[in-house]
Amino acid sequence: MKTSVIVFPGSNCDRDVAVSLEQSLGTAPDMVWHGMTDMPSSDLIVLPGGFSYGDYLRCGAMAAHSPIMRDVVKMARDGVPVLGICNGFQILTETGLLPGVLIRNNSLHFICRDVSLRVERNDTLFANRYEMREVIKVPIAHHDGNYFADDDTLARVEGEGRVAFRYCGAEGQIDDQSNPNGSLNNIAGVYNDTGRILGLMPHPERLSDPALGGIDGKGMFESLLQTVH
Amino acid sequence: MKARIKVTLKTGVLDPQGKAIKNALGALGFEGVEDVRQGKFIEVELDQSDPEAAKTEVDRMCRDLLANMVIEDYDFEIEAA
Repeated sequence: MKTSVIVFPGSNCDRDVAVSLEQSLGTAPDMVWHGMTDMPSSDLIVLPGGFSYGDYLRCGAMAAHSPIMRDVVKMARDGVPVLGICNGFQILTETGLLPGVLIRNNSLHFICRDVSLRVERNDTLFANRYEMREVIKVPIAHHDGNYFADDDTLARVEGEGRVAFRYCGAEGQIDDQSNPNGSLNNIAGVYNDTGRILGLMPHPERLSDPALGGIDGKGMFESLLQTVH
Repeated sequence: MKARIKVTLKTGVLDPQGKAIKNALGALGFEGVEDVRQGKFIEVELDQSDPEAAKTEVDRMCRDLLANMVIEDYDFEIEAA
């Protein structure tokens, strides 16, 4: 299985996610510099976390127009699975591959801590190792993770079952107390209409090895092993 | 010529930064501040002499990069050099 991790100026989770991918999938990903114009053939493309272009203009706005993204968007539209984590999620919304946008946390604070997530779908290539409604612990680390979409878009995302994960309490309850950043409907991650593109603010790669204090994020990478050919 | 572009949040989009500014103004003793919305102001120098062509180009710049149409509106004026 061939995977590619796109490296932007300011990416800082590219190596972490490369380690997680290699541990779970058995092969190291290609690290692809954003300035390239041709993507290597890939069964999975990962847009890592970080602060591409220093978050200038809007988070992910500049990276969405990096030279490599023309190919990435084309491959994504052709069905190649894409995983965007944190800044990668922001970039995916800026390209229009995922609906909505990530705005400043409602507290205005940068938040870096573990949160509980409820798995909203487990019939996808990214989450088939989880149980439906399973509560997992995954860290967040962001300033702009407040998911927003207009009413029509939100209704469509909810109606089509495209919410991947929601911020929740320890028992899986969805409430304001367990919403770290003000995201509409506690949304932490969304799929595109085919379920082959996932963007999420939490960092599964940061809890995917016992040495890191937990392995709840590992299921996402192991799910890919099952389903991506 | 020069384009002066204003990018503002759409009505109804939460503006936590505007809210913080409003609170800070209140703390400084400015009374009667009912609401604050924060936006962006961008100046673009253009090597272009035709105002209509400049308008078309700046409009595209706004849609393609300078504004995120999901949450933002834009407005601009073209100023002859």
